[in-house]
Amino acid sequence: MSKPRLGVFKFSSCDGCQLSILDAEEELLELLDRVELADFLEASSASAGAPYDVALVEGSVSTEEEVERIIRIRKESKMLVALGACATSGGLQALRNWSRLGLFESAVYPEPKVARALEKALPVSDFVAVDFELRGCPVSKAQLLQFFAATLRGTKPRFPASAVCFECKREGNPCLVVAGGTPCLGPVTASGCGALCPSRGRGCYGCFGPSDDANLDSYASWLSAHRVDRSTIGLLLKGANSQSPEFRRWIEKNG
Amino acid sequence: MARRVVVDTGPMARVEGEGSLSIVETGTGGPEVKLNIFEPPRFFEALLRGRRAEEVPDIVSRICGICPVAYQISSLNAFEGLFGVEVDEQVRRLRRILYYGEWIESHALHVFMLAAPDLMRVPDAIAMAKRDPELVREALTLKRLGNRLVSAVGGREIHPVSLKIGGIYRAPSKEAVASLLPELDRLRSSVHKMVAFVSSLERPSLERESTLVCLCDPSRYAIDRGEIVSNQGLRLPPSAFEENFEEHQVEYSNALHSRTKGGGSYMVGPLARFSLNYGQLNPAARALAKEVGLKPPLKDPFQSILVRALEIVHALEETAREVREYEEPVRPSVPYQVKAGTCYGVSEAPRGILYHSYAVNGRGHVERAKIVPPTAQNQARMEDDVRLLAPRIMNSDADEARRLSEMAIRNYDPCISCATHFLRLDIRKA
Repeated sequence: MSKPRLGVFKFSSCDGCQLSILDAEEELLELLDRVELADFLEASSASAGAPYDVALVEGSVSTEEEVERIIRIRKESKMLVALGACATSGGLQALRNWSRLGLFESAVYPEPKVARALEKALPVSDFVAVDFELRGCPVSKAQLLQFFAATLRGTKPRFPASAVCFECKREGNPCLVVAGGTPCLGPVTASGCGALCPSRGRGCYGCFGPSDDANLDSYASWLSAHRVDRSTIGLLLKGANSQSPEFRRWIEKNG
Repeated sequence: MARRVVVDTGPMARVEGEGSLSIVETGTGGPEVKLNIFEPPRFFEALLRGRRAEEVPDIVSRICGICPVAYQISSLNAFEGLFGVEVDEQVRRLRRILYYGEWIESHALHVFMLAAPDLMRVPDAIAMAKRDPELVREALTLKRLGNRLVSAVGGREIHPVSLKIGGIYRAPSKEAVASLLPELDRLRSSVHKMVAFVSSLERPSLERESTLVCLCDPSRYAIDRGEIVSNQGLRLPPSAFEENFEEHQVEYSNALHSRTKGGGSYMVGPLARFSLNYGQLNPAARALAKEVGLKPPLKDPFQSILVRALEIVHALEETAREVREYEEPVRPSVPYQVKAGTCYGVSEAPRGILYHSYAVNGRGHVERAKIVPPTAQNQARMEDDVRLLAPRIMNSDADEARRLSEMAIRNYDPCISCATHFLRLDIRKA
């Protein structure tokens, strides 16, 4: 059997999720031996180009050029994977979607017209069909490796998006909200990080996006009863996953 | 006169971000050199407005997946300065271990995976691994150690979660930190072979004069704080940065260019640090510098790869010492009161000075943010280097022209995600 052709592509992003591939130091050489690296600009100047069996796409789509490019990559790929929070739900740059772009451009660039950007920075799935999502800001290296292992075997991994609370309980942490009124998105955020923040005594800030069955309205009322004001909840949700339907709906309803 | 594309080699790889380099022979005067950065702008400075100071370190870390620690430290320096926070000495030590980890990871990535393939004339580290698997495996072990240091203190390699204004959420135990020592000690001895390997690779050279700018910290080879100094006699507190360096927008780039007030390009990063802070470099790194024939001041940007390798040695030595001296902090974090004002924070990211400034209101909300990353500062200098190399580039065959131009850019390990990604070389003749 020939090796699957892998493409890794960057859109509007910080590089962190594709760097997670290179951060798999122990597995990297074996992994790269099992695929044909058709395109991975950050790691290699050898570019065999399309078609791709698997395309990993990091970043949100935020310019006209990127719209054209994602449509092209979709056509050239059997399986397209959205890699990380920017690709799955907009990333931090999508916070501009609630502002007038003009205001944002002039805050950074003295001559705003030069920096061309679309009105909104959006998840990849707003433009093309996505076959699989790896969540997180950044993605979990463990999930990334499980994804490769499964895909190389011709199966699909399953990452249940149960709440961070489950991981947090397994770590044996006392609940930050109940015990100390600390704002925490754990009950509405998908697991994947191993309850990294609550295990350090800080509230979850939502890196893996909404959990299955996240009930934002109910949780927000409950938080309010625990002395967390609504503006704090809004700010917490306005993070890397603000464009996920569940988070976005709450933000747009509650400001 | 119609412009003719003589070389168009397509996307340039092994840089962090998207940009392109064009060299156009105009027929009159020198060639026109433009580093085009078309990394899409992400408007971080704008989206920080209205956020609470306490949220800023986590937001700004998302500017860059390669140097998130640098972003966190520069922003913490700014806010802690304004709020009058004195961080526990052991917490400062933890922050330095975290930062050295980022230097080691970032430099190892650059030296062995992004830059060395040029010198070995192969497309990537995978091809290097076929030729010298032992070397690449050891380089990856080094990179992994950098990442282990970051996660030991920060919780994870990319976008660590442990730092806060006033200190650290939870300090790791003495045992957890001490468990890093065996691997540190092993690499402290094996890294010498890697430095010798890098120094054995044939490099181009370009002797030129340049303004060099870095931080200077009386207590150590600057990393987590310092005053701004230059080889032109400049010595400034961080608050005077904007009075002495200016950002300009150019029509072909989504990253702003920095220049000195006098209009000249300047260089930040390893070459500047080595040249100006050599006396504070760890003795082991200095001894190796002597062995490989490097002494300050350095004028050749092609020596950057070797200086990064030496800074890895420095970081390993310093980290081992910090790890041995670590005691769990009495006060992992100290309380603080927000107050209104403008604040400034700098630190030495792996690629050079990272400057932050924030205006904060009485409720602790950000009203204005300004961030000047090292790659933006180096852009004009990168173009100047390519301009100086242009005669050599124009006289080379297409492959060599591309290699030389790309190396001139990679010398700076540009992080275009920071500066706003995609380098395409496009040499045209009039």
